[in-house]
Amino acid sequence: MRAETSSLKSKDLLGIEPLSPDEITLILDTAEGFKEVSERPVKKVPALRGQLVINLFMEASTRTRVSFEIAEKRLSADTLNFAAAGSAVEKGETLIDTAQNLMAMAPDMIVIRHKYPGAPKMLAERLPASIINAGDGAHEHPTQALLDAFTIRERLGRLAGVNVSIVGDIAHSRVVRSNIHLLTKMGAKVTLAAPPSLMPVEVERMGVRVVSSLDAAIDGADVIMMLRIQLERQGKLSFPSLREYYNTFGLTPDRLRRAKEGVIVMHPGPINRGVEIASDVADGPWSVILNQVTNGVAVRMAVLYLLGGAHSTE
Amino acid sequence: MNVKKRLLDGARMTRAIRRMAIEILEKNRGTQDLMIVGIRSRGVPIAERIAKEIEEMEAHPVPFGIIDITLYRDDLTTIAPQPVVKPTKLPEPIDDKIVVLVDDVLYTGRTVRAALDALIDFGRPKSVMLAVLIDRGHRELPIHADVIGKTVPTDANEVIKVKMAETDGEDEVLIMEK
Repeated sequence: MRAETSSLKSKDLLGIEPLSPDEITLILDTAEGFKEVSERPVKKVPALRGQLVINLFMEASTRTRVSFEIAEKRLSADTLNFAAAGSAVEKGETLIDTAQNLMAMAPDMIVIRHKYPGAPKMLAERLPASIINAGDGAHEHPTQALLDAFTIRERLGRLAGVNVSIVGDIAHSRVVRSNIHLLTKMGAKVTLAAPPSLMPVEVERMGVRVVSSLDAAIDGADVIMMLRIQLERQGKLSFPSLREYYNTFGLTPDRLRRAKEGVIVMHPGPINRGVEIASDVADGPWSVILNQVTNGVAVRMAVLYLLGGAHSTE
Repeated sequence: MNVKKRLLDGARMTRAIRRMAIEILEKNRGTQDLMIVGIRSRGVPIAERIAKEIEEMEAHPVPFGIIDITLYRDDLTTIAPQPVVKPTKLPEPIDDKIVVLVDDVLYTGRTVRAALDALIDFGRPKSVMLAVLIDRGHRELPIHADVIGKTVPTDANEVIKVKMAETDGEDEVLIMEK
């Protein structure tokens, strides 16, 4: 049988920041193999047979949870979903106690979404299971950045040298943090655009260019990534009104006229139609938003597979 | 690892593959319903050459596909790191086809077992045949090849190294000692 070439260093996927470009490429290449599995008549392979994966979602999620669950089932893992609502968490149990109790059931992997940044890291340091971060507060959402990169690579054939403009609620977005780490590691050029109240200070130190208008972000971009205005993470609106936001930063077909030919429009979802993106764009020929969702399953299968095997004992 | 012996050079490999193509045609009385499927990775160039030989002899193309068996391995939970996964590419549905699985070396039979499981997930072939360039013995499962390029008795501490021009720059088969 074929010799193994490469592997992930850590037992966990806590973020993009600790990954090397080689590890990112390994995940993306592996995902190509898994994309094919989802196109078969029998969409299931026995790779994780007998392994238990717990999906610990302590914060609302539809897309990510469903995507992970499909990925786990297509790999033949046993899955168990655990949500904060209706659990002992409502009775005051701490995250560590919840996790230790779950660990007593000997899962091989735990997929966790939590509102507090660092919650996955805390579990990773205490539990022998592989921990996969499915979004922790405003920190990271690594599988989203990986599926975005997979989609860009699939469409444009490469990541190095690609101009990616990310527009919207930069300040509250874990997706953008993971994406900046990934894209800059892989040699893409990242431009950010947002109203000043939604742009973190000194974000340039992450190796990105900051512009103040949507038009400047569209100029020369190969990829335009729109972010959702995260109303739930803001105490009050950081701008006068949603209508005004749409008029200044909403992506419309009219605005896209100045874009490069062949530009693709991405969005991590859920989209707010008429706030950050016009329906005609979200459903238009530029949009790869639903491709992102499809690719998400393949990328998550790749991550589960790469973390799911035996771990080298160093 | 030391080279112990050169089993096949380029010319002999070409003749072996041509004879394998002829045997496949004889056993199936032509190209009707035939599909040639190479097992990644060294099975792929051999399968491609067999398909080309058949096409030249019969003046009729045969469908050619690639199967990746990584996810069906029986040692996935015990080996580290995880082996690389690549796509399976089959040109058309395999239902009611005569599928010829092609690999470079037949040894324990575990790769073929995995390939059969993978294949069945794509449909129900009429029959499945196995063609290998080298049969080195030491089976651990009840599996045999229908078409064999060369049978070589080996010791367990020996390694058969198949090199193909497409992937390694030249055609040859070496027997190495660990």
